[in-house]
Amino acid sequence: MIRVTRKLEFSAAHFYHNPNLSADENRRLFGKCNNPHGHGHNYTLEVTVAGEPDPTTGMVLDLKELKEILQREVAERMDHRHLNYEVPELVGKIPTCENIAAVIWALLEPKITKGRLDRVRIYESPDLFADCTASPNGVRLKEGRS
Amino acid sequence: MRGPLRISLTRRYRFAASHRLYCAALGEEENRRLYGKCGNPYGHGHNYTVEVTVTGPVDPTTGMVANLGELDPFVAREVLEPFDQKYLNEEVGQFRDEVPTTENVCREIYRRLRGFPSACLEKVRIEETSNNSFEFAGESGAALERAE
Repeated sequence: MIRVTRKLEFSAAHFYHNPNLSADENRRLFGKCNNPHGHGHNYTLEVTVAGEPDPTTGMVLDLKELKEILQREVAERMDHRHLNYEVPELVGKIPTCENIAAVIWALLEPKITKGRLDRVRIYESPDLFADCTASPNGVRLKEGRS
Repeated sequence: MRGPLRISLTRRYRFAASHRLYCAALGEEENRRLYGKCGNPYGHGHNYTVEVTVTGPVDPTTGMVANLGELDPFVAREVLEPFDQKYLNEEVGQFRDEVPTTENVCREIYRRLRGFPSACLEKVRIEETSNNSFEFAGESGAALERAE
């Protein structure tokens, strides 16, 4: 099996706020990430697809096709957007790396028709990233706020 | 989402420390042969980068596997404060009796962090330099490896 990884960079704004909690509790939990005016990051997404190379093309999948999928599903939705307000899949969720990774997994997984989606890694900064992988020991994520 | 998913969060931290690779149970010549310039009696130092990976359910209240407001101070208290700007052989208890190779440093950091109360420690990875890195995922995971 071969793993193929493609990167995509995008920039977006977000803030952390749980409307079910008091202002004080939000500040305590989220600190400066709770600033209601939001703040932004340069995100780096790494998408890994695993599979056997096609004997004719020598490819697991056509990277040009993967690039187009990432452009359509992720960049057009999230680049230069406010994640809390402008990305329907994240509205009502707290746009942490963990939740962004799970949302991107759900967007990409049905679109990958050659090979299978192996890992979604999203860097919020060079020092912080979340991974989403399929795992028999994993947890089934709830729909809605999570 | 068709199947169960695993979400993990990784945070990178840095500390600088000195060490000397020397095993008192072996002779001088054997130490020189084994450790070369890493056994210089005055020690030498590195800028270490530590990647800490935790996993678990995403808390529906915070959207997080682990809140950095808890993870950062825990790592600072357990690892960065005791290790940063220190001579590991003399100032970190474990290494009075154990050679502070980065394999052993990696395992010691894992031991110090596995009690993190809010999520499950999955892995510790250390870069001793940009060319050498070491990973430990617990005895059962047995992911101690050298990538040169």
